[in-house]
Amino acid sequence: FEYKKNAIKTSKYNLFSFLPLNLFEQFSRLANAYFLFLLILQLIPQISAVPWFTTAVPLLIVLSVSGVKDANDDINRHKQDKQVNNRKVKVLIHGELREERWMNIQVGDIIKLESNQFVPADLLLLSSSEPLNLIYVETAELDGETNLKVKQALTVTGEMGDNMDDLSAFRGELRCEPPNNRLDKFKGTLTVDGQQHGVDNDKILLRGCTVRNTEWCFGLVIFAGSDTKLMQNSGRTTFKRTRIDQLMNILVLCIFGFLATICAIMTVGHAVWEVNEGSAFTAFLPRQSGVDIPLSSFYAFWSYVIVLNTVVPISLYVSVEMIRLGNSFFIDWDRKMYYPKKDTPAQARTTTLNEELGQIKYIFSDKTGTLTQNIMTFNKCSINGRNYGELCDFSGQRIEITENTERVDFSWNQLADPKFVFHDYSLLKTMKEGNLEAQAFFRLLALCHTVMPEEKKEGELNYQAQSPDEDALVTAARNFGFVFRSRTPESITVMEMGRKVTYELLAVLDFNNVRKRMSVIVRDPEGRMTLYCKGADTIIYERLHPSCSKLKDITTTHLNEYAGDGLRTLALAYKDLEKSYMERWLERHHEASTAIEGREDKLDVLYEDIETDLMGGVTTRDMILLGATAVEDKLQDGVPHTIEQLAKADIKIWVLTGDKQETAENIGYSCNMLREEMEIFVVTANTANEVKEELQKARRKMCPGSAEKPKVIKARAGLFWLQKTQTVPDETVNGEYGLIINGHSLAYALQEDLELELLRTACMCKTVICCRVTPLQKAMVVELVKKYKQAITLAIGDGANDVSMIKAAHIGVGISGQEGMQAVLSSDFSFAQFRYLQRLLLVHGRWSYIRMCKFLQYFFYKNFSYTLVHFWYGFFCGFSAQTVYDDWFITMYNMVYTATSVLALGLFDQDVNDRWSFRYPQLYSPGQLNTFFSKKTFVRCVMVSTYTSLVLFFIPWAAMQDSVRGDGKDVADYQSFALSTQTSLMIVVSAQQMFLDTFYWTAINQFFLWGSIAAYLAITFTFFSNGLFFVFTSSFPFIGTARNSLKQPNVWLTMFLTCLLCVLPTVAFRFLHMQLRPTITDKVRYKAREEGQPAPAPYRPPPRRVSTRRSSYAFSHSQGYGDLVTSRKFLRL
Amino acid sequence: MMASSYKDEDGHITVSGSGAAAGGGGGSLRSKKPENTAFKQQRLPAWQPILTAGTVLPAFFIIGLMFIPIGIGLYVTSNNIKEFEVDYTGVEMSSPCFTCSQNFSWNSTKPCTCSVPFHLDQPYESNVFMYYGLSNFYQNHRRYVKSRDDSQLNGNEESLRKPSKECEPYAKHNNKPIAPCGAIANSMFNDSLELIYIDPNGTKVQIPLTATGIAWWTDKHVKFRNPGAENTNLTVVFQGTTRPVNWRRPVFQLDSDPDNNGFINEDFIVWMRTAALPTFRKLYRIIQRRSNVHPTLPRGNYSLEVVYNYPVRSFEGRKRMILSTISWMGGKNPFLGIAYVSVGSVCFLLGVLLLIIHHKYGNRNNAAEISH
Repeated sequence: FEYKKNAIKTSKYNLFSFLPLNLFEQFSRLANAYFLFLLILQLIPQISAVPWFTTAVPLLIVLSVSGVKDANDDINRHKQDKQVNNRKVKVLIHGELREERWMNIQVGDIIKLESNQFVPADLLLLSSSEPLNLIYVETAELDGETNLKVKQALTVTGEMGDNMDDLSAFRGELRCEPPNNRLDKFKGTLTVDGQQHGVDNDKILLRGCTVRNTEWCFGLVIFAGSDTKLMQNSGRTTFKRTRIDQLMNILVLCIFGFLATICAIMTVGHAVWEVNEGSAFTAFLPRQSGVDIPLSSFYAFWSYVIVLNTVVPISLYVSVEMIRLGNSFFIDWDRKMYYPKKDTPAQARTTTLNEELGQIKYIFSDKTGTLTQNIMTFNKCSINGRNYGELCDFSGQRIEITENTERVDFSWNQLADPKFVFHDYSLLKTMKEGNLEAQAFFRLLALCHTVMPEEKKEGELNYQAQSPDEDALVTAARNFGFVFRSRTPESITVMEMGRKVTYELLAVLDFNNVRKRMSVIVRDPEGRMTLYCKGADTIIYERLHPSCSKLKDITTTHLNEYAGDGLRTLALAYKDLEKSYMERWLERHHEASTAIEGREDKLDVLYEDIETDLMGGVTTRDMILLGATAVEDKLQDGVPHTIEQLAKADIKIWVLTGDKQETAENIGYSCNMLREEMEIFVVTANTANEVKEELQKARRKMCPGSAEKPKVIKARAGLFWLQKTQTVPDETVNGEYGLIINGHSLAYALQEDLELELLRTACMCKTVICCRVTPLQKAMVVELVKKYKQAITLAIGDGANDVSMIKAAHIGVGISGQEGMQAVLSSDFSFAQFRYLQRLLLVHGRWSYIRMCKFLQYFFYKNFSYTLVHFWYGFFCGFSAQTVYDDWFITMYNMVYTATSVLALGLFDQDVNDRWSFRYPQLYSPGQLNTFFSKKTFVRCVMVSTYTSLVLFFIPWAAMQDSVRGDGKDVADYQSFALSTQTSLMIVVSAQQMFLDTFYWTAINQFFLWGSIAAYLAITFTFFSNGLFFVFTSSFPFIGTARNSLKQPNVWLTMFLTCLLCVLPTVAFRFLHMQLRPTITDKVRYKAREEGQPAPAPYRPPPRRVSTRRSSYAFSHSQGYGDLVTSRKFLRL
Repeated sequence: MMASSYKDEDGHITVSGSGAAAGGGGGSLRSKKPENTAFKQQRLPAWQPILTAGTVLPAFFIIGLMFIPIGIGLYVTSNNIKEFEVDYTGVEMSSPCFTCSQNFSWNSTKPCTCSVPFHLDQPYESNVFMYYGLSNFYQNHRRYVKSRDDSQLNGNEESLRKPSKECEPYAKHNNKPIAPCGAIANSMFNDSLELIYIDPNGTKVQIPLTATGIAWWTDKHVKFRNPGAENTNLTVVFQGTTRPVNWRRPVFQLDSDPDNNGFINEDFIVWMRTAALPTFRKLYRIIQRRSNVHPTLPRGNYSLEVVYNYPVRSFEGRKRMILSTISWMGGKNPFLGIAYVSVGSVCFLLGVLLLIIHHKYGNRNNAAEISH
């Protein structure tokens, strides 16, 4: 087995391989290969209808444009690789530490890492500076989570510490699994001195992690370079294609078919002509030797393929890419999607999906960090029946708390966290008065948690909490004078109103989902033992001493209010413990915690015992209620408004969250997705049958008349109609409904037999919330909708758990926010705030879609009009594949004359400006329905261009027939005909665009348009000039044609008539359409023109809900540190 | 299409945080805040035309009202042009050229002549242009069109000796290069036409025909040039080349006038400017106006004397001789006039129709509120 070097290479080419590799890659694209094929055809003299340069020049331009882009990308990758490979790290060589470059690290090296360093390769942790050989790492680059993870070295290696001699003398054998991409699993055994030790993921540091809060640590390299799990994970991402891309491919294929058909028609025509006329005409035009009629017809077919190839426009793909790139830049540049607080602009990471942003039908959103800020603020509390945190004016009305409301001044407290914001002075007053309940309340908050403190400088406290709720609570206690200062496994030191008190920590009864509470048992300096408990109100209430019942009622009303505001609540209680009881309990606890079998069950029983006091089998409830806390899971700014706007745009939003049902529901209410008047179905069942019944019940209720059997429309689509599609049509329901389903039920509902049931029910509801879902389920829900709705989906999230969903959806949006970068890295678009989604979709998406559709329509129009003229001419030139236009015109038409102005259209057009787009979110719906570019519009477009080409050919045909110049000389010659036809074409194609397609005429549009026409005239006159003719006589045979023809009045009259006839019907049709059936766009544009800028929407204060819902407990916490912080204690006892 | 341009001020209030504030501060802390330019923020001032009744309807009426008079003018002009056409192919037995058309051989040394009598009903004033017309002749066939060597025709000596292979199979004959090479040159029209006016008293007067000034100036002076220096003997220059297979005379004997001989012979140049369509006419001669008193061609009887060299019967072609006067817009072609009149009327009618529709439906729709 060969070990990989640690150098990484993500670049594709080097200096020498660039040309062949890149060319190969480019020619493996169908379009380029096709044009190469054409070029080869043109080199065959019998077939070549036009000189080789007509294809070669455009092809060269296309290839070099993409080549330059690829090269640029690759240079960037090279730079990045170089930068990463040259990072320095300390390596232990021959007993001493040396700085080495990352790329020189080898498997088996021992590396010293310090705090805030990146891990350069996958390492086995050997030892660390922290007690118990713990180290803290941040895995943001790997999975996006910024909270600290704990890794612990094996004791056998940990003993070596930072002793260089020991470390360099360290001999051992590690057998492990081969390199793979699973970030959460590792299996291996380390053999040291004949002893085997199991090595699991907890002992491995992965490349890409960052070491935090650890002075130093040593690690042994096990995988390097491309073997590391990070590199194994960075596989090629699946290439996303937009719906328009697919349609475009189908259309191009259809066009190929069309091309083959007309070429076949021309071939037949050629054969007939050769038999009837050509054979008689041989006196003047003898056949080529050895070419009989069938062979010459065969040649004619290919000649026509060459002449008519422009129906498949070479520049289409390049132009589409350029437009997308441009529109992506506009997203990057948008100041209104720039978040100043984090200095993050929006970013279009994938530049090929823009127009799909204008067609979104379903949004799947994560909750934490996406809708919410993932910042918990201690907002309100109820202490001993008194409510704090609310501001009232003199009449007792609640006052809206805004940025400007005066904050409580915590400057008396040296250790206060300056970021903590609280507005109610009365609580501070209560504290200063020395209210015992309030003190007990905050003492509990300061003691009962698993937060790790960090005090680098005196007085600069930093908390490492496992959940933001805990952080908020402990910080609140800190600011109100109960500062949690430090902890050891046996003790907790708290500054109580400036007095240092150290509590002995006897036990941590950690949180888990069943218990829904956590407790600590501490002994204060006076020797009193107390159990402090915080948890869900329902759970706490069951264990309260009867004397608290009155307080319980008051607290309940407070809790209800908090719930109405969408706050997360916890109830707090304590209980004094007797010494003898405690001793017995501790003994049992020790027994249980050292038990080999069923340790966890036994511990659970024990915990239950002490909290409910089940000693001796009699339940004596004797906890004393202290009060309740309300933590606000802060919504991001503008979330409710954004959701409302998106709903108006007929976009459905589903929230998929890993959070608990209660939390998710809370958020649903606070961002207006769920409303009081909605009927909400909650599906939380445990068997497939129950899930089915609940879903059906909900569906029947919403839509009693709906068919029992889901209707699935099966169709075929895609290239060659190979792709099978299944569509479940939307069903309309009266009234508004919401659906909440939990992950457990979802697991059943996503099974094959139930998925349709789920989909139907869910799609009838206005709001769907899935809670407690795994990342995989998130992706499955997205896939389900993708599969049966044939609609464009967008997933937005911020964490590593959203990655699967982001990758599954058509468009993934990452919030570059709290939880790190993983979601952003796999997303297509990223920005800092959920509310920017509104602008991304309603403005950028819509514009991109409109631009792309207009561009495509226009592009096909101009190419068909241009090409079909050859078809008509075929009937008059003996089907000989004679082109109508001058060769140079053919060369330049797509790449020069018409390229820029249509690009300007695709980059700058707007139907209405952004404010009107926000004012009328309904403008978004045409995109969802695919109205602007579909097969239907394509056919219409082809029909219009057929008409145009007929006019373009037959008007000059009729006008030139037998005509002469004003001085009697010839003017009906081929060259003059070519010139007048191509000039008309240029004017028609520009005019069509000029007056009809472009809605938004910027100076750039004007410049490009007039510039194209001017360029056309200039180039034409240059190419038809004497000078060029003398230099390249045979390449420029059109000498003098422009001068001679364009001064003839009848040539101009003909061209004028031609252009007008092409444009008039379209104008009349569009005008008629606007008069009889104006679209929403027409109406808004009309209104926009009448009014200029939209009136600003009146400010509506967010409605205050009066919630009748029962308060819900919420706590975003999972079992975690509890064991660790007390681990040594359990070892010792 | 009314012009309505607007300029959007950045009305949104942006919270300027620490990052934004640092933008002006120092180089190291450069903010990533995008620049506030109209281009990047897509706020470029723009003209946003809308198709409204106020713009579309007048446009239709104006176009209608403009086109009808133009059309009438064109039609009248075209009608005032006098044109006479005589087909001398000799298809019918009764036709004077029938015999000539029957016994044809490219290499016959004895020219076959025939004369076609015709009568002009009107006198032709001013200059009269004499054309020959061919139909069903595919001068626009791809292989035909490219069968020429422009650099040879431009006097390039090398191309004279080694004609381009485009000219095949008329590049070489008997191992000698053909000058001018190619199928176009080879098939040059070589009937000669003479006009005889028959006086009412029976005397025949030959009408003087001008053979120069019939080609484009650029063709005569730029595109076509004889090889060798000026005023050299063409016979010497063309030595070593051979005439095209179908020709009776070599290229340097096309005309006695040295300025109209060789490649710059105007008949040749006119022929070499290939026609766009299979039916075409080419200028053959000009009958110059002699005096202000007498018409150029008085009404009466004429005879067209044809030296019949050019075979067209084999491919059912037709040969015509056309006499025509000219206006500012060229020869007789009623199409443009008729087209302009009809397009103008259609436009006008369409305008009326749209006006009615607009009055009935338009106001209702545009005034309608946009439903939310």
